Amino acid sequence: MNAPRGPGNALRRPGNALSRHHAPARYPVLAALIVAAALMVLPFLVVALNAVKSPADYSANGPLSLPEGIHLDGLRDFWQRVDFGRKLFNSALISGSVAVLAALLSVLNAYAIGIGRVRGRPWVLAFFVLANMLPQEALVYPVYYLSKQVGLYDTRLSVIIVFTVIQSAFGTYLLSSVLGAFPKEVIEAARIDGATKWQVLWRVVVPVSRPTIGVLLVFFFIWTWNEFLLPLVMLISNDNQTVSVALGVLQGQRLMDATMTNAAALLGVLPAFCFFLIFQRTLTRGIAMGAVK
Amino acid sequence: MSSMSSPSHGVRRGRREYPYALFLLPGALAFLAVIVVPFLMNTGISLTHWQGVGSPEWAGLDNYRDLLDDSAFWESFRHSLAMVVAMAVLPTALGLVLAAALFDYIAKHIGTRTASVLRACFYLPQVLPIAVAGIVWSWILAPENGALNEALDAAGLGSLRQDWLGDPDFALYSVMAVMVWVQLGFPLVVFMAGLQRADPSLHEAAELDGASWWRRFWHVTLPQIRPEIYVVLLWCTIAALKVFGAVYVLTKGGPGGATNVPSYFSFQSFFEKTQVGYGSAVSTALTVIILALALVALRLQTRAEDQ
Repeated sequence: MNAPRGPGNALRRPGNALSRHHAPARYPVLAALIVAAALMVLPFLVVALNAVKSPADYSANGPLSLPEGIHLDGLRDFWQRVDFGRKLFNSALISGSVAVLAALLSVLNAYAIGIGRVRGRPWVLAFFVLANMLPQEALVYPVYYLSKQVGLYDTRLSVIIVFTVIQSAFGTYLLSSVLGAFPKEVIEAARIDGATKWQVLWRVVVPVSRPTIGVLLVFFFIWTWNEFLLPLVMLISNDNQTVSVALGVLQGQRLMDATMTNAAALLGVLPAFCFFLIFQRTLTRGIAMGAVK
Repeated sequence: MSSMSSPSHGVRRGRREYPYALFLLPGALAFLAVIVVPFLMNTGISLTHWQGVGSPEWAGLDNYRDLLDDSAFWESFRHSLAMVVAMAVLPTALGLVLAAALFDYIAKHIGTRTASVLRACFYLPQVLPIAVAGIVWSWILAPENGALNEALDAAGLGSLRQDWLGDPDFALYSVMAVMVWVQLGFPLVVFMAGLQRADPSLHEAAELDGASWWRRFWHVTLPQIRPEIYVVLLWCTIAALKVFGAVYVLTKGGPGGATNVPSYFSFQSFFEKTQVGYGSAVSTALTVIILALALVALRLQTRAEDQ
């Protein structure tokens, strides 16, 4: 950095001069980052390798060798043993319903707060923020008890209801601040044309806010898919369990051998991996939005 | 403004119109049923002795007095602090350095595509269900046949083999390491977005003045993304205080409570020991701490926005 800078050089093309300064450093930095990124994904690779090994191959060669052949029996056995298709369906049903219902509830709340500017708005908003931060441990026992009282215990509906409300706390908070910046003239114009508040919401506000609502749908879906404590407590029968709960409970019982553990892990990783590939852009956009609002 | 609102008043007068507050009604009812009532019940139960069946017996502040004397409870809170280090402090610090390196070196001089591929690798664990991450890591860290111990053997470091999750001296550090792996992607993505928002000319000016990368990072980059740092620290700290799934799947709080945390402690009291009143007291204490933290952070945020 102390090398004398030729004035002409720096003045003419500062960009190029700067990159030349960096030239010695950027490849070591790149190499270090690649090593770090490889370490982050290494567990996934090791799991994928071992999920397709036969038990004999695993016990002979250990976890670090390449598989001798693609052996899918472990995956098939595990799939049948836990009825994995059913778990996938349950997870998809619960997460999909929660995403749609929670987005709907967030839109209604945020319309009243962000555009309707209801009285006591800061307090209402603070309530939603705090509700969002509440640990589920402080709700889990009464929710468990009450759902038994009303006959909703061990139903997927109970989990859908609870997570619709929990997720919409975040949605309300985020969407209210987005709608708070909604151009007033657009709303006024629609109102002058005779639209009711209900019509303004569906014909003006929702179509314009579609990108934010899309982010909420993706986040609600993935968050609900990954939830553990409440589904663990609420869904005890095999037929109602989600992927997370089924895998977590099996792991807790320590009944699986190494190849089956890897098969279980791979089957658990794959849906998350797909969501990640499909929604990557929405995810990164959403995280940035959520953090700044 | 008043001239704009008068015609709309005219419209409103012509028709029966419901107030905006009506749109809050479904949300209000749902929150009452799912959040407010259970939360108040939980607080109420914490003032009783109750096994979960029969009628609760009034206990006043007994449960809270017991908590103060319960060394297992205090130990679980010390582990919470370790989780704050593993899930908030370390990921934020590492995330800052990684984000700045990806942004300054890779995105600018090698290519934004390379930068986003690397960023995706770091973010991947964040979309994984924690139960699945737990399965992956408890196998890697297993004492017999675990990938880490086998790798140590293969590298000729067999003397370093450990029962990573089963040895009370190592279990907490192992769980912490897994949590750093899980959490790192979140600050990284937020900080990279923040750096894109930041003004590049300041950075370039400092570079022309001959400031080293580290000095520019400290004096130019960090102050510009301070809001993101606050938000990330707050969110990650709250997530760390709530951590449950990882502990359930990796260690079940063991060995001998060496990795127990308040959320798992309350879960055990509720569903394993059926000391529901005591479990409610633990979760209420946890809630008070989290909400106090959240209120302080909200205050800081509004003050920052006012300025």
